[in-house]
Amino acid sequence: MSDSPPAGAGSSGDRAATLTRRQSYERRARRRATLVAAGSTLAVVLALVILVPLAPGWEAVRKSFFNGAVFRETFPKLLEAFTLDLLIFAWSAPAIAILGLLIAVCRDVRAPALYPLRLFAIVYTDIFRGIPVILVVYLIGFGIPGLGLPRPWNSPYIWGSLALILTYSAYVAEIFRSGIESIHASQRSAAMSLGLSQSDTMRFVILPQAIRRVVPANMNMLIALQKDVALLSFIGPVEILRQAGVYKSLLANFTPYVVAALIFLAVTVPATRFADHLMARQARQRS
Amino acid sequence: MSKLVLEKVTKSFGDNTVCRGIDLAVADGQMVCLIGASGSGKSTLLRCMNLLEPIDDGRILLDGIDISEPGLNPQPIRQRIGMVFQSFNLFPHMTALDNVLLAPRRVHRKSRDALMGEVTDLFRRFGLADRMTHYPDQLSGGQQQRVAIIRALAMRPEIMLFDEITSALDPELVGEVLDVLRQLRAEGMTMVLATHEMGFARELADTICFLHEGRILEQGPPDAIFSAPQHDRTKAFLRRLTA
Repeated sequence: MSDSPPAGAGSSGDRAATLTRRQSYERRARRRATLVAAGSTLAVVLALVILVPLAPGWEAVRKSFFNGAVFRETFPKLLEAFTLDLLIFAWSAPAIAILGLLIAVCRDVRAPALYPLRLFAIVYTDIFRGIPVILVVYLIGFGIPGLGLPRPWNSPYIWGSLALILTYSAYVAEIFRSGIESIHASQRSAAMSLGLSQSDTMRFVILPQAIRRVVPANMNMLIALQKDVALLSFIGPVEILRQAGVYKSLLANFTPYVVAALIFLAVTVPATRFADHLMARQARQRS
Repeated sequence: MSKLVLEKVTKSFGDNTVCRGIDLAVADGQMVCLIGASGSGKSTLLRCMNLLEPIDDGRILLDGIDISEPGLNPQPIRQRIGMVFQSFNLFPHMTALDNVLLAPRRVHRKSRDALMGEVTDLFRRFGLADRMTHYPDQLSGGQQQRVAIIRALAMRPEIMLFDEITSALDPELVGEVLDVLRQLRAEGMTMVLATHEMGFARELADTICFLHEGRILEQGPPDAIFSAPQHDRTKAFLRRLTA
């Protein structure tokens, strides 16, 4: 092509047109990296497959944790029990979102007459973020029905869900509050300069932006909630964890717990990926 | 009679005194330009006029009524005073149209339909009729700033404050925003601007105020200030700009 091509660049003119020197270098580097990654992963997997069964107790563990027959027998019933987890999740999640938002807004009220609200929000988040979930589940799940309430108000479903709702609202409220605080003061100035009231400014300008901004963080809370629903098994409802416990005693085998774990993973892994995706998209938009 | 009067206004943030006794009178239909180095107190002064910042001492009179009275509800006052900011501050989650409609709907309790005619006219007048349904991030800086001006005008303010509204714009977009100001000037809007656009200030302002360290060192008609500045600081400031 040219009279004096730089060394190495002119080896074939048409290839240079489709792929620059850098591109072909990067493609080689990528291929090499993939090969190395595949090789090292294979080595680790092989080591596990060969070494773990060499452990003296492996045979016993395999029988009690990875028993195919037990797996097939318990899977359908456990999956059914899991729908109860989903149900508890489904009514708790919206309640958490609403309560969390209310508490976050309460923490931001400025009017002195409303100071009790603000104090309440502060105390609330301190208390419920400071107690382990399982303790709240016990205290509310056993304590309130202990008042001798008539059916259906003594149901552990109601009070167990309430325990989750109260605890998670405290965390979600903090997430919303961080969202509210992340909105630049100039947005508030602009709204105020137009003569909007404090509450209209919050409702139409600050909150819509803040809520959008914390969607990914709240997704992570939902995933944690989905797992913590299993804690209700300690106060009665026969959901997946308790059902697995029943099977464990019945069949003298731990495989049902592994089944339960797999069922949880089938839900939480895609949900986590989705949350990551949302977060990455938001990071792209804001940069 | 003066539309807006400032008497010995002082304002400080902690130990930092930003306005040290400012006297200023803005007559109805007048355009006043505040000039001076950054940090001289121009923006703070504008924010005080709109009650976004409470003043420490002195008085601010709107139509002869003291609006700086502590404890006064600032909302009805702010509705009468429009403000446009350097960084546009459009609401990013709303279309240009909804940005403009929000305040009249909530504050004046007018319906969308009742407002549409008037608001569409505003968009058309400032050349943005085809951008009404765009979101702020789909608009250029100049367009965003023009929407911000329309948003303030939709409240039918009696006076407009502009805080360095062209400073964040690419040079080629400054003109379209200044044209809007020219238009408003021709319509007789009372305006106070903090600006670095000296050519523009000289062309259109009735009064130029030179601020230095929280004081108005010199004020007068543009020709006097730009051609024959009296104060050494003013001379130095203008020299630096033209150098």
